[in-house]
Amino acid sequence: MIAGGITKFKKAHPDKDYRLLVKEAFDFALADVPRLKREQIDGSVGSYFSDHFTRQLQAASMVQDYLGLCPRPSRRVEGGGATGGLCLQSAWEAVASGRMSICLAFGFETMSRVNTWKGNDFIALASDTNFDYPLGGFYTAYYAMMITRHMHEFGTTREQMAMVSVKNHRNAIYNPYAQKPSRLTVEDVRNSPMVATPITLLDICTMSDGAAVAILADEAAAEAVCDRPVAITGIGAGTDTMRLADRPREKVPLLPNERAGDYRKLKYPGVHSCRGGRVAARQAYRMAGLSDPVEELDFVELHDAYTSSEIQTYEDLGLCRYGEGGRFVEEGNPFMPGIDYGLTGANGRFPLTKVGTLPVNPSGGLLACGHSIGATGLMQSVFAFWQLQGRIKNHLGSASLQVKNPKRGLIHSHAGTGTYITVTIMEKT
Amino acid sequence: MHRTAGGTFNGGSDPLIIRDYYEIEYRHSYAQDSPFFTGIAQGKLLGTECKRCIFRFATPRLHCNRCGRRTRWFELPLEGNIHTFTTCYQAGELFRNETPFSLILVEFKGADTLFLSRLVGPEPGTIRIGMAVTARFVTPPQFRITDVYFVPVHRSTRGNRVPRASLTKNEL
Repeated sequence: MIAGGITKFKKAHPDKDYRLLVKEAFDFALADVPRLKREQIDGSVGSYFSDHFTRQLQAASMVQDYLGLCPRPSRRVEGGGATGGLCLQSAWEAVASGRMSICLAFGFETMSRVNTWKGNDFIALASDTNFDYPLGGFYTAYYAMMITRHMHEFGTTREQMAMVSVKNHRNAIYNPYAQKPSRLTVEDVRNSPMVATPITLLDICTMSDGAAVAILADEAAAEAVCDRPVAITGIGAGTDTMRLADRPREKVPLLPNERAGDYRKLKYPGVHSCRGGRVAARQAYRMAGLSDPVEELDFVELHDAYTSSEIQTYEDLGLCRYGEGGRFVEEGNPFMPGIDYGLTGANGRFPLTKVGTLPVNPSGGLLACGHSIGATGLMQSVFAFWQLQGRIKNHLGSASLQVKNPKRGLIHSHAGTGTYITVTIMEKT
Repeated sequence: MHRTAGGTFNGGSDPLIIRDYYEIEYRHSYAQDSPFFTGIAQGKLLGTECKRCIFRFATPRLHCNRCGRRTRWFELPLEGNIHTFTTCYQAGELFRNETPFSLILVEFKGADTLFLSRLVGPEPGTIRIGMAVTARFVTPPQFRITDVYFVPVHRSTRGNRVPRASLTKNEL
């Protein structure tokens, strides 16, 4: 990866359509690599989730046109919430196969064009429309059922979920691109309006307007135009059944740091875990040569559409064992060192004894940055790129979110109730 | 403000925003899932079974996702247990006037997968994993998945199972 660009994620950008949002993100990226000429870009992959939001089919063609990249090759990829992650991997494939030397990945969503409830409706249409959607048309309900079972199996608590919200919203205070930075307490999260038990309003990300781009290049091109390129060293992807009801209850696919004995009684994935995420992580770790993710990763940007899904994802990625996700956050592992979360000391009752073992969502994640669906997975790649370049301060105006000397990061993009999941490992060169 | 059949123009605003509407009638076919939907219209819950894998799908699919062979229809019991649940206080646009409502995934004896449905009756906060539930059917059928819903099974003092009274469509 040689450059990244993003727009601020906002509830609404009424003065810019998706073409202009991508153009801004694209120009941002180009400005970061002045030696790269637009003519050197061989083609693009575009991503957005829903034609319903744009009411413009082939909207990615409209962007290709607006950016002045015609007649070069382009395609749109779509995969629900994982659209951005899939887009990045598609661009990687274009370069890795030798088809392109330099490929642009761009993504966007303009979700403000309909009201929130219609937006929820569009999102829920990405569930089985015969058997699931007509029962409520609501994705939060599916995640609520998943975490209810997770709580039943493993004893995960609402307070542990709330700690994820406190962490990510507080991190975002130092990220000017984030939509919803806030200083919250565990009580604020628990006492916010109930949406679908046990998930409250502050356990859920917001819909956004926004765009993000990543420019990928082969080694020779990267060295020619970029002083500090970041290597993509591991790619993984997985899927699962569209309906939660159809998930099997079998054995856990193990990571190198796990043993079969860890999960003798666990029926997997059931509705409490995401098999696609585990499979994606396993491929990416193998390709990047990782055997112990907590030791070998320096930060993670993962798809926290819900506080509950961040906890589920710790386990899928093997940051802790299945069942230990709640404890992982309670101990402080995914928190950023040096940031006061208000959880400890006089006003807090949480010891956070292991702060910073592996920071998760230092950017603020989807919960606080917002979720502009087609852009989200690419936004993660941009934050990871800046982390690995050590340039968080240059771009965010503060070094508070800069992980110290990071060598390797992981980004994770997720659709449906785990129906498409991508994991990408990025490394400092 | 200027109204036309095509929308509303908020004069003088920058950017210019208009209201726009979009309506479609689909001829939606349940296709190979049809026997399930005609089944619930007749008060039956149909699953499918793969004889080769010895695997029973509580939510039917005409082809087994394990071996790819065609499955056979079978009748599920009407009673099951709650595998997980949630009570929704918000919903997608079409369902907001139905809140609060509860969703459950039901597990059945003799089936290997689950079934998503609404649970009607118990107060929010009293629903528990493992609770016994029984299917009820809406009459006349609307030929939608909401034609079936579940109510808790209450045991009488003699140990007989007494399902709660059936509800009409309006009470759902």
